[in-house]
Amino acid sequence: MEPVQLFVTCMAENLLADVLEKMVGLLERLGVQCEFPADQTCCGQPFYNSGFQREGREMALRWMEVFAATAGPIVAPSGSCVEFVKHRYPLLFPEGSPERALAVRTAARVRELSQFLVGDLKRSDVGASFPHRVACHSPCHLTRGLGVRTEQQTLLKAVQGLELIDLNESDTCCGFGGIFSVVYPEVSQAMVEAKVRNIAASGAEVVVVSEPGCLVNIRGGLAKMNSTVKAMHLVEILAAQGGGR
Amino acid sequence: MKEPMEKIDFRANVQQASPAVIAATRNSTRTALRIRGDVVHAFGEERWQRLRQAGHDLRLHSLTHLDRYLPLLEERVTAAGGRVHWAADAAEANGIVREIAARHNVRSIVKSKSMVSEEIGLNHSLEAAGLRVYETDLGEFIVQLAGQKPSHITAPALHMTKEEIARLFREKLKVDARPVPEELTELARQRLRPEFLSAGMGISGGNFLIAETGTLLIVTNEGNGRLSTTLPPVHVAIVGIEKVIPDWESAAVLLKLLARSTSGSKITAYNTCITGTREAGPQEFHLVLLDNGRSRILADPIARETLLCIRCGACMNICPVYNNVGGHAYGGVYQGPIGAMLTPQLMGTRLAGGLPFASTLCGACAEFCPVMIPIPEILLHLRHRFVEGDACEGPSVPGLLKAAAWAGRRVLGSPSLYRLGGRMARTLQAPFRRGDWLPSLPAPLNRWTAARPFPAFRGDFRSWWGKRTAAGSAVEPGTGRGARP
Repeated sequence: MEPVQLFVTCMAENLLADVLEKMVGLLERLGVQCEFPADQTCCGQPFYNSGFQREGREMALRWMEVFAATAGPIVAPSGSCVEFVKHRYPLLFPEGSPERALAVRTAARVRELSQFLVGDLKRSDVGASFPHRVACHSPCHLTRGLGVRTEQQTLLKAVQGLELIDLNESDTCCGFGGIFSVVYPEVSQAMVEAKVRNIAASGAEVVVVSEPGCLVNIRGGLAKMNSTVKAMHLVEILAAQGGGR
Repeated sequence: MKEPMEKIDFRANVQQASPAVIAATRNSTRTALRIRGDVVHAFGEERWQRLRQAGHDLRLHSLTHLDRYLPLLEERVTAAGGRVHWAADAAEANGIVREIAARHNVRSIVKSKSMVSEEIGLNHSLEAAGLRVYETDLGEFIVQLAGQKPSHITAPALHMTKEEIARLFREKLKVDARPVPEELTELARQRLRPEFLSAGMGISGGNFLIAETGTLLIVTNEGNGRLSTTLPPVHVAIVGIEKVIPDWESAAVLLKLLARSTSGSKITAYNTCITGTREAGPQEFHLVLLDNGRSRILADPIARETLLCIRCGACMNICPVYNNVGGHAYGGVYQGPIGAMLTPQLMGTRLAGGLPFASTLCGACAEFCPVMIPIPEILLHLRHRFVEGDACEGPSVPGLLKAAAWAGRRVLGSPSLYRLGGRMARTLQAPFRRGDWLPSLPAPLNRWTAARPFPAFRGDFRSWWGKRTAAGSAVEPGTGRGARP
């Protein structure tokens, strides 16, 4: 199998380095070789979604050029960044332009991690063990945006010792929303508090939040409300073999 | 509009919303969503998706063929004895209605629920001319009595509890009202019945205009629409030009979508179809076709899908932002996601440019919209209009945000500056760091930390990757502590 290109995302690189390291470990455990295009920075989504479309387009162009020098699937621990590359990039450039052609080729290469594991590697059991009660948040861009609606559950159900429990309103937005979280902090806070209340009521020890933005937001919300529930990225659970939390 | 329009400050409005209003809002939307879910499930998910697609396609067809259907509608309404008026804006529409009222010496008016009349400030205009206007939809009646604005397009008093409404009735109607919905409804009915009988004019909006027969279609659940358009001697309907549809086959599709999305019913209780004048009805029927910015919206190929809206309210019921702020925060006539799209297009982004940002782009609204309006896509388009300007309007973004974007673009556009930025963040955070968290940061970053702590910049993936490659995969993954400052 050809190596995968790591799309680490600017958010995970700066705030969730451990998630990235575990992702590399997991992929290698499954026999997938990883490569890291070191010149990558940000895919441009924060600009585009805040209304700065020109800057978003410039960032997209430079991101594509970095990855154009590589081959094989491009894998990220984020459905939101992948969705942006997959669905938005081709629309950023005029039809018939070389940039559009490159964007279409790039869009066909990107995968969110769970999508890659289940869809490309055809794996549901990755040999993980995690004997805990786990609830799962459904990130909006991963599920509604990218259409990855069942892959997380497929992978979690195959984890040894893991008890998957229901989370009320699991597909209601956690209130992150990129620039929204700082333009309207009071609303964002009310939304993350509602999310944390549902998590607390679920009886879970761990909540899976497989999206860097949501993870940072929900972790912060749990800390602020002094919850003992731990928010983890799916990768951290799939990488676990000893059963530690 | 008469009063000069003020800038909408969504953030300030949010802080005005009381917890009681939000609790009442959530309670009502939860019920609405549950019954909608049941009826859509019974219809069948796949069939529902096909119906939505059909609804979208025929609405878009109608919108892009207004030049065909509006003249046809005018011809058929006129042939049936009605009169069609064209109003370019709110002032013209209000003037037309006042003029008709004056010609008939009208003193009091009964009104069926109409969003467009809210949009043009019709009640205000009529009251200024000395006319009495009675809202006859129960929710609108309550809101009018309270001197408030509707907080939801189909359930205007959704933010109020039955206890508040009983208190309001006792105070304003001087009656003994208990917080029992049936009794409150009966009190409103008693109060309104003489007004229906004595009114000189009935005013309504319209859900659809059927071009092939020149028919105005109004759906209500209380029957007040039928009374308002039947009892008074003159009926004036004010309808946006986008509401025209080709034929009854289109109406059949749209009514199925509308009833299920609005009230979770298979069909709305009262479907009133009015074609011109009729023997047993009002002697005069006037149809005011309102533009008020709609043709400008239509000229924009992305934003035009806003006009597909059939005003069901499902987008606001499902919206997590709406459910945490209540309808009044949107400052305009339309609330929730449809308000966030439509208000900035009607008022301009200079006054309402904050509304397209009042969304997390979670996409729940687009999944619920019965005519498949790509709501997040339109919000992004309006954010862009606000920031960079487009053919429709110039930019009005604040300087600070522009400067932040410029700086961000420089840093993230250069791998070396980006890496330097990461290293600097890990150093500069030291005075703010408490364990794994940065609990409070200076302005403007406190906009994040006021709501929840920010995680400390931890680990250094690049140096981990570098060491690991050099050592041949010897570093244990996930320790993340390699370069902790």
